[in-house]
Amino acid sequence: MADGQMLRPDVLLAILGMAIVTYASRAGGYALLRVVRQPRWLQAALRHLPGCLFVAYVAPPLLAGGLPSWVGALAVVGVQIASRNMGAAIITGIAVTWAVRLAAG
Amino acid sequence: MAAPGSAPPSGRVVFTRRGVLRGARKSLPLLIGMLPFGLVIGVLSAAKGLSFAETMAMSGFVFAGAAQLVVLELWDDPAPILAVTVATLVVNIRMAPMGAALAPWLDRLRGWKLWGTLATLVDHSFALAIAEQRAGGRDAGFLLGVGLCIWAGWVVTVAAGHLGGGMVRVPPGHPLFFAAIAAFLSILVPLWRGVRVDLLPWVVAGLVALAAHRAALPVPLPLLLGTFAGAGLGAWIELRGSGIAPVRGGRHG
Repeated sequence: MADGQMLRPDVLLAILGMAIVTYASRAGGYALLRVVRQPRWLQAALRHLPGCLFVAYVAPPLLAGGLPSWVGALAVVGVQIASRNMGAAIITGIAVTWAVRLAAG
Repeated sequence: MAAPGSAPPSGRVVFTRRGVLRGARKSLPLLIGMLPFGLVIGVLSAAKGLSFAETMAMSGFVFAGAAQLVVLELWDDPAPILAVTVATLVVNIRMAPMGAALAPWLDRLRGWKLWGTLATLVDHSFALAIAEQRAGGRDAGFLLGVGLCIWAGWVVTVAAGHLGGGMVRVPPGHPLFFAAIAAFLSILVPLWRGVRVDLLPWVVAGLVALAAHRAALPVPLPLLLGTFAGAGLGAWIELRGSGIAPVRGGRHG
């Protein structure tokens, strides 16, 4: 069993490498933007980026999840639109997915 | 003047403690979506032989769930330093355009407020901040508030998973994993700007991601291809129809 306080040098180096490239990813896009003027098509694409990113995120696992996930997804979107309460939407979605899965056996 | 849909804040962008607190409060529900994921990363880190301190260092300094998951899959002893660094870059490069898209707020920040806020940038804080921007929000502290709250939630849930070890048993496919999908779906609702603007790009983004996933392309590729296909199409439609009224973002010059 690993000692809880243990910090091995090879692990630390790996974490350091991960941390550096992650910060470069987080800050790099914006840093680049500050020095290079963005063309109009890029500005337009960036406005479309958020929605498309999250649709691309959820599409594969949602399809793979089958009927329980699809019904749950409808519940999330419905509750979110009606209540504008993310907590309620997420919890309802999990409950509905769970219920449908149990009902389907 | 801002074109419809671009909605850069028209007034002065500020950065206040109130904005930070507001962001933190808004992000609390999203912690439910993160809980199962954080637990899994904690359990997996322990199973792969990472000590508690090492797991906390990775979660605190890297703070990127998807990358940590991929890295733990290829973890070894001694640590494959180059492989995990490259894998992390490949998964996290998706965050580069996020900072660029947040330019209307970030452009008004300097020093630690700018570079520190960027250090906390995650998918959730990006989405909530864009929704806030589009609703006319002008307090860039909001972004930092969401980021810090998500960071704290991440570190705590990973710690719980590592300490819980075998006690927390969440089998793959458990309905709790739907929490992550539910969080992103609820985020999408405030991002929706109407059928005319968003329907086609969103459908294409989803279909391309699905096709790439079906073609068994490795991890961040379905996400990146879907995103760029949808955003590219959206931009093309916008510019094609804007021969008379040029579309402008929040940047001047």
